[in-house]
Amino acid sequence: MTVYGTVAVIIYLLCSPFIACFMSGVDRVVTARMQGRRGPSVLQPWYDLAKLFAKESTSVNNIQKILVMAHCFFAIFSGAVFFAGGDILLVFFSLTMAEVFLILAAYSVNAAYSGMGAQRELLQMMAYEPMILLTAVGFYLSVGSFRVEDIMSASLPAVVKMPGFFIGFCFMLVIKLRKSPFDLSTSHHAHQEVIKGLTGDLSGPAYGFSELAELYEEVLMLGIVGLFFITSDPRSFLAAAVAIVIVMFCMSLIDNIFPRVKWETLLKAAWVVTFFAGGANLVILSFIS
Amino acid sequence: MPVLAFLILFPFAVAFILFFMKKDSKGRSVIATGGALAELVAAVCFAADNFLHHDLTMGTYYLSETHTADMVIAAGELCLMLLVFSQAIKHHKYYILFLSALGTIPALYLDLTGISETSSAHLKVDHLTVIMVLIVGIVGSLICIYAVGYIRDYHHHHTEYQDRSGYFLSMLFVFLGAMMGLISSDNLSWMYFFWEITSVCSFLLIGYSKTPEAVTNSFRALWMNLLGGCGFMAAIVFCVCVMEITNISQLLLFATIPAMAVFPVAMLSFAALTKSAQMPFCRWLLGAMVAPTPTSALLHSATMVKAGVYLLLRLSPMMYGTYTGIMVTVIGGFTFFAASLLAITVSDGKKILAYSTISNLGLITAAAGCGISEAVWAGIMLLIFHAVTKSMMFMSVGAYENSTGSRDVEDMHGMIVRYPKLAFVMTIGIFGMSVVPMGMCVAKWAALKAFIDSGYVYLTLFLCFGSASTMFYWIKWLGKIFSVSRESRKHEDTVHRSEWAAIYPLTFTAMLLCLVYPIISAFVVNPYVQTAFNGSLNRLTAPGPADDLAGSGPELIAAISTEDFVIMGVMLICMCILPLGMKYVNTVQERRVLSYMSGFNTGNDRSFYDSQGEEKEQFLSNWYMNEVFGEKKLLRPCLMLTSAFLIVIMTACTIGGLFI
Repeated sequence: MTVYGTVAVIIYLLCSPFIACFMSGVDRVVTARMQGRRGPSVLQPWYDLAKLFAKESTSVNNIQKILVMAHCFFAIFSGAVFFAGGDILLVFFSLTMAEVFLILAAYSVNAAYSGMGAQRELLQMMAYEPMILLTAVGFYLSVGSFRVEDIMSASLPAVVKMPGFFIGFCFMLVIKLRKSPFDLSTSHHAHQEVIKGLTGDLSGPAYGFSELAELYEEVLMLGIVGLFFITSDPRSFLAAAVAIVIVMFCMSLIDNIFPRVKWETLLKAAWVVTFFAGGANLVILSFIS
Repeated sequence: MPVLAFLILFPFAVAFILFFMKKDSKGRSVIATGGALAELVAAVCFAADNFLHHDLTMGTYYLSETHTADMVIAAGELCLMLLVFSQAIKHHKYYILFLSALGTIPALYLDLTGISETSSAHLKVDHLTVIMVLIVGIVGSLICIYAVGYIRDYHHHHTEYQDRSGYFLSMLFVFLGAMMGLISSDNLSWMYFFWEITSVCSFLLIGYSKTPEAVTNSFRALWMNLLGGCGFMAAIVFCVCVMEITNISQLLLFATIPAMAVFPVAMLSFAALTKSAQMPFCRWLLGAMVAPTPTSALLHSATMVKAGVYLLLRLSPMMYGTYTGIMVTVIGGFTFFAASLLAITVSDGKKILAYSTISNLGLITAAAGCGISEAVWAGIMLLIFHAVTKSMMFMSVGAYENSTGSRDVEDMHGMIVRYPKLAFVMTIGIFGMSVVPMGMCVAKWAALKAFIDSGYVYLTLFLCFGSASTMFYWIKWLGKIFSVSRESRKHEDTVHRSEWAAIYPLTFTAMLLCLVYPIISAFVVNPYVQTAFNGSLNRLTAPGPADDLAGSGPELIAAISTEDFVIMGVMLICMCILPLGMKYVNTVQERRVLSYMSGFNTGNDRSFYDSQGEEKEQFLSNWYMNEVFGEKKLLRPCLMLTSAFLIVIMTACTIGGLFI
């Protein structure tokens, strides 16, 4: 691990919750403005999180809490591997592992809404997983390495060779960040038919851990968006930052204008996008290289 | 040589004794367990001896003068044919007669006229053989030990079936012996003989309970495998009469003039596809579920289906860039994807395992068809991990069925509280099959890299989509196990001691493999891959991997770098300390709350008051998506598609191989 890697990991571990909370706060304000409301303070997500950890710890059974903690640990872990410049496939695999623990936590409470949420989460994983894996493949084909470190030191931004992958990845980001129309398993909004589903039976600090994990995941995901633009030229970081802001804005917009879809539509849409955007780009890339 | 002879012949001897011990007795248990243990020890000794005293890179050859043995084998083939004939006539399945004769008569002709007699060695031991001997010896023997206790419980629960347990155990041992023979044969005719034994043996085992369903399924298995056997025979006839060779290692030398070897390679691959239950032949393996669980465990993990992929891995250097290679990769990749979708829609534990086997074998098949060294590395690794993990899964499902009377995943609800030991084993098994720091996924990862490097774009796509659906069916199963119902109690564990004696070592091996696979890779798999793809075969290796192979040391095929390995080690340790962490977290006393049920929870998490104020029990079921991926909807089109594809390519290969 390089010095830069170490610094990046430390910054990631310490600052991610703040950065993600801030972004989420901005997102809420932007959303409110789109709807003609004033919206909460930018710091509201931070207050919410802090409050969760101050609550009494309760749980439904004795394995629920440890499973959520494992989820949080692996979510943070995958981000750490990413920012340390490690293997991007390993990042995705470890992220999957994290998801599995959250799903098991939801299953363990043996309740209708949690259970339904858990299975919908599995469906969402099935929908976005192929594209996520293909993104890694795309990086490998265009840069010649799975390692984030090497991808970052390319001379040309990856997005030039892999626009299809970029579109596909952003599509999956909508699912991953639980934005409408694809927030089937659980939602940031109160008006969801499975009533918080996946996280429905989490409360207090345990819920706090799942929220914390989500914040770290968000930073990781946006990091990957940035990775499409970063090259050995330091100025590319600016381009990456701009790209991240644009992507985030689009996410808010999409979240606001599309109503939630049925699961068949989600799966079909995700796989069709994967096949055409990712697959076509893959074919072209493998011809070039 | 004596150890090898022991490995092959000893199981037959044990089988012979067991065949006549019809009644369940202590003596029989001792003989079966002892026999299996002896086989296991012999396999380990054989492997150790070969590593220490032989040059496995070149391979060790045995038995060049075999006139008597050839005659014995001819007699054996005749007996097999007569056995199949009698069964076919008894059940009025006359097409079987034709298939069986078509495969056996040329074999007898070649043997008796002495056309195929050769002075080259009949048995060959190299790295791949040693790996297979270890798999068959360890996993197969443990399954036989498991079977001793299982079959007793089985007849205890199923009094409607005639107790033929001596015959059953005897067949399992025949299987072991045949498998040992198959993997050490270099001579194609000998290999064919053992190949046919496994076909007939599986037929007899599947039909064990003699119910109409069992009989139908057993005949389905038989005709598909005999058809494959006919393909095998066609390859042999061509090799002997046209190419004037008798051994598989001689066939591999034709890699430099592949046009000559198109026909035999295509035919052997076809035989391997039937044996490995690839689409369109996957239905025989699904039907094999009706047999008692040790049969399934043996067919799915250590023997039978592994014989097919073993042959493909052997032939792999001949496949790069050929039509046969395309056939094998497309069928394998498609089977991987389609079977994983189909697995989502079934709830019978054994059926899920069957689909998962088909799916994973598809991946190994695809890896073999790529014909590049990295892919073969991944294929062999997959084969090792799959054998251990899958046998363990089958055994725990079987043990659960004997304890509760059901093997349906829906009935495994809350298993973690009711049967914690079995739940632990299954959790290891499912993690082993589906998430990354564990074995299977590591090999899958290597396969992904190999597919990209080999330029087979469609394989990359199949793998990405297939892994996503694989995840779905495993994790929802795991979720069922983890559902904790309030006030449920631990149930009495009635799993037989001999069953634990097989399950625990395998669980331990599965975990150990995750840590030691780099050693296996460095000392066994890499040397094999290097030998198989070196020198004159350079042409076959895709750009890239060949250069990697030449220069690097033990770390070699660098799909998984040391750094990644360390990170995965960390993940594995974290997963292992999880149960301990649970103890610690639970030392802090906290309030238990009821789960959320929308309607008012009646206070036990099991029922709620509905909108009419009436008490309703909650029932949770998993999601099977039958309307989208259902067997009824998906299976037939898949089979038709693959059949059509297979027919086209096989016709092309036959015409191309025979006439051009």
